[in-house]
Amino acid sequence: MDLNTVWFILVTVLFIGFFFLEGFDYGVGILLPFLGKKDEERRAIINTIGPVWDGNEVWMLTAGGAMFASFPHVYATLFSGFYLALILMLVALILRGVAFEYRQKFADQTSRKRWDWAIFIGSLLPALLWGVAVGNLMRGVAIDVDMNYWGGLLPLLNPYSILGGLVFVALFTMHGANYLALKTDGEIEARAKDVAFKSWIAATVLTVAFVVWTFFATDILTKSGVNGLVPAALAAVALLSVGYFSKAGKYGSAFIGGSLAVVFATIMVFAGLFPRILISTIDPAFSLDIWNAASTPYTLTVMTIVAAIFVPIVLVYQIWTYRVFRERIKADPKTLVY
Amino acid sequence: MDALALARWQFAITTIFHFFFVPLTLGLSIFVALLETKYVRSGEEMYKKMAKFWGTIFLINFAIGVVTGIVQEFQFGLNWSEYSRFMGDIFGAPLAIEALLAFYMESTFIGMWIFGWDRLSKKTHLAAAWLVAIGSNISALWILIANSFMQNPVGYAIEGGRATMQDFFALMGNPNVWYQFPHVLSAGIAMAGFVVMGFAAWHLLRKHDVTIFRPSFQWAARYALVGSLLVGVIGHFQGQFLVQHQPLKMAAAEALWETEQPAGFSIVAGINEGKQENSFELKVPGALSFLSYNNFTGEVKGLKDLQVEAVAQYGEGNYIPPISLNFWSFRVMVGAGSLMVLLALLAVIWSDGKREIDSKRGFMRTLMFAPALPYLASTFGWVMAETGRWPWIVFGLQKIEDAVSPNVPGWNVAFSLVVLGLLYGVLTVVAVKLGLKYGKADVKIRESAAAAD
Repeated sequence: MDLNTVWFILVTVLFIGFFFLEGFDYGVGILLPFLGKKDEERRAIINTIGPVWDGNEVWMLTAGGAMFASFPHVYATLFSGFYLALILMLVALILRGVAFEYRQKFADQTSRKRWDWAIFIGSLLPALLWGVAVGNLMRGVAIDVDMNYWGGLLPLLNPYSILGGLVFVALFTMHGANYLALKTDGEIEARAKDVAFKSWIAATVLTVAFVVWTFFATDILTKSGVNGLVPAALAAVALLSVGYFSKAGKYGSAFIGGSLAVVFATIMVFAGLFPRILISTIDPAFSLDIWNAASTPYTLTVMTIVAAIFVPIVLVYQIWTYRVFRERIKADPKTLVY
Repeated sequence: MDALALARWQFAITTIFHFFFVPLTLGLSIFVALLETKYVRSGEEMYKKMAKFWGTIFLINFAIGVVTGIVQEFQFGLNWSEYSRFMGDIFGAPLAIEALLAFYMESTFIGMWIFGWDRLSKKTHLAAAWLVAIGSNISALWILIANSFMQNPVGYAIEGGRATMQDFFALMGNPNVWYQFPHVLSAGIAMAGFVVMGFAAWHLLRKHDVTIFRPSFQWAARYALVGSLLVGVIGHFQGQFLVQHQPLKMAAAEALWETEQPAGFSIVAGINEGKQENSFELKVPGALSFLSYNNFTGEVKGLKDLQVEAVAQYGEGNYIPPISLNFWSFRVMVGAGSLMVLLALLAVIWSDGKREIDSKRGFMRTLMFAPALPYLASTFGWVMAETGRWPWIVFGLQKIEDAVSPNVPGWNVAFSLVVLGLLYGVLTVVAVKLGLKYGKADVKIRESAAAAD
């Protein structure tokens, strides 16, 4: 396997980590105003991700950094091309990060409610926008011979990609509800379980519609060679299991099922793209792929060595933090930190 | 304004804003870890209280540094896509390594630190404090490795119209890094020292919790002195390195139009950039030769000669950076730095334990405002480092005008500039308000408020 393929897989792995971890983080943020009726309940919900959200967000930063290092043209084309959408996402992420840290430091309820909405918007918008972005990646955008996309924001907001955005929101909400069902107790837990099943229905309906549309509108599932068909089938099985398990009251299994659905869906996207990364709708020859967009073999070698050493270390200490903070969070002000 | 000018403003504003919060993160993370080390070793609760008190200030500041850092990482692709294409093979690697080595570490262990007081053993919690400090400072190292390439490219070749990495260890061993990183690190230490002294002075003037704030003050005074002295000494050698490698930047910082031997140092000057001359100068003879070479006779080249040399090397064009901006930025940095050394020295002498620092009320009142100095110094230090490179984005390899995203219309950049500007403005107000509130809070009141919440 050549290094370009290795790095395509590594970038995929980073996006899997990002969507899996930030998936439930965003879901928790989206559910915050609805599942937390009282201040201490909302605090409890925030505390379920309090120790880990920042580490989770680094998966996105690392995915971006790794893309810059391994496929700089993809980084340049994607970020300059999706300019306004990314600016909106940055604003959302800034609000969200500050809100987690500052909310508790304001004593009055009016300020705290404002921060709650910052967390809600700051979680909903990135989920939606990443979905829209992924939809556009699968569909392709008008990239010219110089690897630039000139179309601006409006062509990106096409129905197919917006449906992709809604799929992300629904999936992440379900993922977050299953997480909260495991991490809270009492009334919040009961509400989370209720939402877990309802959001599963929404996620399933939207995902089925999106996959069918994908089958007809893109070559992600059908192109010869590596494509997204098998991972799409696995994602479907995993997603169906979530409904079964949450009906049966097994939320641990439901959470694992939802996680696998996110993992396989991400693999579906990247397998369907491979070896392309950004598809040009003007001319297939203008597409950015793992060769014409890549760094030199020397840089890829250096980065492979660094990643081989440090990714396992990161995994070990991040898993350890989840172990340390594995207990359920009670809505009891005496034990809450944030 | 066109997209290029707007993109430059956006980079300047977002970077200055980001770096308003970073040095305090660098210095205060170590300061808090030192306090906690003292607590774990001595078992005295007082040090735990100190670590928690200054830790809260750290967290208020850290949050903004983290979220504005995301903008920094994305901005190269957003506004500077041609730069990203030209430099990706070299510049992407340290950024990715920064995320992999440093961001994960600081972000994961900050969670452990905040939430782990009752859950981790004392030693494990202390380890988390140190890992946050190490992670933050390693992050600075890698971003400076990236920046140093832009200042002083090494270990590269130009192939197929882009810069390619030939030697990763040359990138890490770039001499520019090993001046810049210690300079930034010691600047952070000095800033943390001054911020802690400022708040501690406020409390001591009011006789609040003297058992907490007197030792805090003493620690911070020494910390600030070490940082201020180091930042100055390292800065001196960094300047000598720049005379060799970026002579135009240093000549700009001196508004030195003509070559001089020996060269004098202008304390102030009336600069006329149009006529390329100074209407007046207040000069210390030979001082610039000394600053450049440690002797009083060396020749320092002037801007006009350097411009001729640059044209011969790079082709037609104007290679003279903005002079007034660099000249005055340099003086603000050096002036603020010198005052910091003086104030920190007095603070150490007057708080040596035998004397009552609380009674020096005028001095303590001065120290409440002294934290402005490190902020001025670090901000204008970076203004000089970045604008003194003009017209290059990567020194000698790529010009700023060739680096901007061609496909992003000006109104998009204007829109994002306004949105980010407003957001950053609001965040500044909120962060400063919270910082002042928590910095001035009584230790006991704060603890009981936290318990009652």
